Amino acid sequence: MQLALFIIFGALALGGALNLLFQRHPINSALSLVVVMMSLAVLYWSLGAEFLAAAQVIVYSGAIMVLFIFVIMLLNAGKEERTKGSRAAYTVGFPGAAAIFCLLSFVFLSERGALKSSNIGGDLSNGLDNIAEVSAMLFTRQLLPFEVTSILILVAILGAVVLARKEQ
Amino acid sequence: MLLSVLKVAVVLVITLLAVAYTVLLERKLLARMQNRWGPSRVGPFGLLQPLVDGAKSFLKEDMNPLAVERPLFILAPIIALGCALISVAVVPFGAVTHLKGAPGVDLFQIANVNIGLLVILGITSIGVYGITLSGWSSNNKYSLLGSLRSTAQVISYELALGLSLVGVVLRAQSLNLRVIVSSQSAHGALSWNIFGGFQIVAFFIYLMAAYAETNRAPFDLVEAENELVAGYNTEYSSMKFAMFFMSEYANMITVSCVATLLFFGGASSPFGHIFDGLLNTPVFNAIIPVCWFVVKVFSFLALYIWVRGTLPRFRYDQLMGFGWKFLLPLAMANIIVTSFVLAMRG
Repeated sequence: MQLALFIIFGALALGGALNLLFQRHPINSALSLVVVMMSLAVLYWSLGAEFLAAAQVIVYSGAIMVLFIFVIMLLNAGKEERTKGSRAAYTVGFPGAAAIFCLLSFVFLSERGALKSSNIGGDLSNGLDNIAEVSAMLFTRQLLPFEVTSILILVAILGAVVLARKEQ
Repeated sequence: MLLSVLKVAVVLVITLLAVAYTVLLERKLLARMQNRWGPSRVGPFGLLQPLVDGAKSFLKEDMNPLAVERPLFILAPIIALGCALISVAVVPFGAVTHLKGAPGVDLFQIANVNIGLLVILGITSIGVYGITLSGWSSNNKYSLLGSLRSTAQVISYELALGLSLVGVVLRAQSLNLRVIVSSQSAHGALSWNIFGGFQIVAFFIYLMAAYAETNRAPFDLVEAENELVAGYNTEYSSMKFAMFFMSEYANMITVSCVATLLFFGGASSPFGHIFDGLLNTPVFNAIIPVCWFVVKVFSFLALYIWVRGTLPRFRYDQLMGFGWKFLLPLAMANIIVTSFVLAMRG
């Protein structure tokens, strides 16, 4: 059951990501991104990270992507022409992507002991209520990064206001 | 397993029936408020009207305008109705009751999730895609304007809605809906969050934000007839239109359920444990809490209809100003005061 969930939603996330690249209409691409986000949320949930899953759905699929689609609708962006792509994209892009993939998998595999592993879908049926732990971690050991991130977002908001303000 | 599937089916059918009869209730109540009779021809007191309406929308021709973006045009009502119905899955509408044969199955809740409240919020936030996509894919200026309004409105009021619930979560120290309900069950109505928990401000923020979230009067600018014909569903006909219609009422029911659970003690009796000795048999112990729950949800629905019959529609800038400049700061102040009091006590 857990394995089936993992395979279905993993495949859905991959399919959504590929569809995002191949669709020519911005709205369809944005919707594929929503599919990716939702499948990721299910994967988080199946690993026992319920709060993360809910936050993923509420913040990414429910707020950020809605804003994306809102902007696309507002600008009424049309279909894009399919171009062959620049030569730089082919010569640097594919090897670069492969290199990043190799680097990430190397790091994750070599740090396997420190990261610990979880069975696929292992915590689905007997999930613990881990919100207290998450919040304690956020407000004690991770307090500085947490607050700095919120200041970063505040700076971004101010920047947006300045950019959007009409010239006097 | 089989029992769970059966439970899902029964709850789904009951919800759909409730949706149908909420429509009738609205038509009847609004009619009485305007000194008319409302539907009265089909069946006694017009009680069969919802069924006839349903049959009619099934039999109508399903029109597909030429210029629509077909896949999304069809997907939109499915998303809207699906999201509206899914959130009922985590609502506990009775006391914890187990059947004798199946100890693992809780009779009055489909899924007891640790983060039930967040699940409801998440599904509601997905539901906005239904309206957004319907407006865009219809290729019609009225639909597009309606859905743009709706998206902006729902995103704005979601913040106030979410923040108004934080006070309740702080008091219950959990997002599990069962735990939230049982945290209010000590002394009947006196320990409900709205009275004993001093969350009355949060309740009013929730109520107003919820009216805006469900696109109901006085915040129904999405389908303002005098400006936008019918708003986002202008191009829809037949069953697709009916699905939007049903999703609106299903959302009303969900919102009423959440208000009941979070502020009015869920399925618990307002008299606390005073009358526990009376009718103390397993069957009554299972049924009476469900009756309380239904009564509370029903009064919220009646309030919805009453408000629609009373208040005129807001202007768009008033709507946005009200959400951002009034409800949001008020919700934040409520969180600060609540957490301060809880910290002083603990």
